[in-house]
Amino acid sequence: MDLSQLKQVSTCEWRHEPEGAMRVPVVLYGSQTIISEMDDKVLEQINNVASLPGIVDAAYTMPDAHWGYGFPIGGVAAFDPEEGGIVSAGGVGFDISCGVRTLLTGIRSLELRHCQESLADSLFRAIPAGVGSKGAIALDSTEMDHMLLSGARWAVERGYGDPEDLEHIEESGQMPGALPVAVSERARLRQRQEMGTLGSGNHYLEVQEVSTVFDNTTAATFGLAEGNIVISIHCGSRGLGHQIGTDFLREMALAAPGQGIHLPDLELACAPIRSALGERYLGAMRAGINCALANRQIITHLVRRVFAHFFPGAELTTLFDVSHNTCKEEDHDVAGHRRRLFVHRKGATRAFGAGHPNLPGTFAATGQPVFIGGSMGTTSAIMVGAATRPEHAFASSCHGAGRQLSRHQALKHWQGRKVVDELRKRGIIIKSPSMRGVAEEAPGAYKNSAAVVDAAHQAGLSRKVASLQPLICIKG
Amino acid sequence: MVKVQPIKPRAELFAHGADIGVRGLGPSRATAFEQAGLALMMAVTEPSRVAPQTAVEIQCEAPNDAILLMDWLNALIYEMSVRQFLFGRFAVVINGERLVGQAWGEPVNRSRHTPAVEPKGATLTLLKVETRRDGTWVAQCVVDV
Repeated sequence: MDLSQLKQVSTCEWRHEPEGAMRVPVVLYGSQTIISEMDDKVLEQINNVASLPGIVDAAYTMPDAHWGYGFPIGGVAAFDPEEGGIVSAGGVGFDISCGVRTLLTGIRSLELRHCQESLADSLFRAIPAGVGSKGAIALDSTEMDHMLLSGARWAVERGYGDPEDLEHIEESGQMPGALPVAVSERARLRQRQEMGTLGSGNHYLEVQEVSTVFDNTTAATFGLAEGNIVISIHCGSRGLGHQIGTDFLREMALAAPGQGIHLPDLELACAPIRSALGERYLGAMRAGINCALANRQIITHLVRRVFAHFFPGAELTTLFDVSHNTCKEEDHDVAGHRRRLFVHRKGATRAFGAGHPNLPGTFAATGQPVFIGGSMGTTSAIMVGAATRPEHAFASSCHGAGRQLSRHQALKHWQGRKVVDELRKRGIIIKSPSMRGVAEEAPGAYKNSAAVVDAAHQAGLSRKVASLQPLICIKG
Repeated sequence: MVKVQPIKPRAELFAHGADIGVRGLGPSRATAFEQAGLALMMAVTEPSRVAPQTAVEIQCEAPNDAILLMDWLNALIYEMSVRQFLFGRFAVVINGERLVGQAWGEPVNRSRHTPAVEPKGATLTLLKVETRRDGTWVAQCVVDV
């Protein structure tokens, strides 16, 4: 990206003033190196977002931003329904509520090393992953409706997990306002065999060692200590969410002219929040969030069963569960006024700071945990929401390392088998049904995750708490 | 006299950030759509590994060519998902706004197909159906994977 078109506000904050159809400025977070290496398409896409009706304050990108569809991945924007604000299916994405849940185990890494190989095999057998895998739970129409309304709460009520899990999930595990009736039959059919499945692409389940603690006080509150084992589950709403995205992206693209919305690019297809289509999408999207929360809850249950075999005394508790691809109704201060806004986070994590009323008591004094996924061979990070005044980017932070090479380019650089062998030499076991998939997801295809985390920390989006070294990675 | 080369149908992938661009080219709109279907499968596996055992019929209708392409690809993604299928051969007939297609394939065999990614949906990004100056039809878009 050409830095001359941006104004540097601080070490890790850059601004692009409105021009043309833009209604608000654009703010990009990242170091000079990160921003200069960022694809020009990111600025083009976020400039387009800044031109949408009802946008408030600014359109933001996180340090891991990259070229997406509709919004850039790592894009954040909030809209005011009272000012004609819109909701965008492309601003949420197909994988609605894709997110990360991290489990604490209390197991020390030395205990795990002696069974690392057989544990990896057992997890790979127990967690359906990749194209062609099926979940063991098939839902009839009534159960599907219950799941879409109640999310992780439904799963716990059916025996998949503990009630204590719910306290440590955004929205307490149940997104309110879901409208199962707005979810198409096609979306339901796509989900029938996919409850409790990981998916493919960048989704994974990792067993990780807490390698470095940066903030002892917060780490202690989170239950993190160097040398301890945690488990991170990265997946989303599976076929149901994908089909909701498909259905509404098409409908919004065709309906936009009739709604008086001028789209700078068709990929920004959207509808007014206060419209029948906008409200129907929000209802379906919230049902998709519940599907993702239920999915991660079921996978948690499957992981616990495997660990109970290897570590009979271990208790796996949920640290927290965050979602990346959402549009949520939230209160934020904008220019000194409290406003009810619809915040799109696409490939971005909500990062409420200490004292936020929506956080469970455990995190009231610290802020919410924020998980930044690594890339099989690199560290992931646990951060904490920063209680800055004013908030940065509507209390949002990054979600992963962010790609720097396309899948196409990655296949030219790496072979899956070699990637697996090289990582094994470093003590990391990869299990995947597809070596091509591993090559496309090779660590080198991603940005330096530590640099992304440092930029988020320096920008004040969230603060570093600990880093996690992968030991086992189940890739879809 | 310059000899005009026949336009050969072909399928290709093009680079896009985290996702994949699929492109079909051919002498007609219908062949470009068929090749776009093939490109979609190339994103997942090597299409020649997929045996054309079972035919699935697909019908779509849309107000313009671009949305029709998106519908065709999304219909294939839907059938792949609910049937746990992969496809290797395609036939498309388009009359005005209406498409009738057939896709031949078989259930996913993970050891033989080693599928890399699961397509989630065809997007509106870089979506276009157009003819080049040499008469080649191009049908393309970015697919979220």
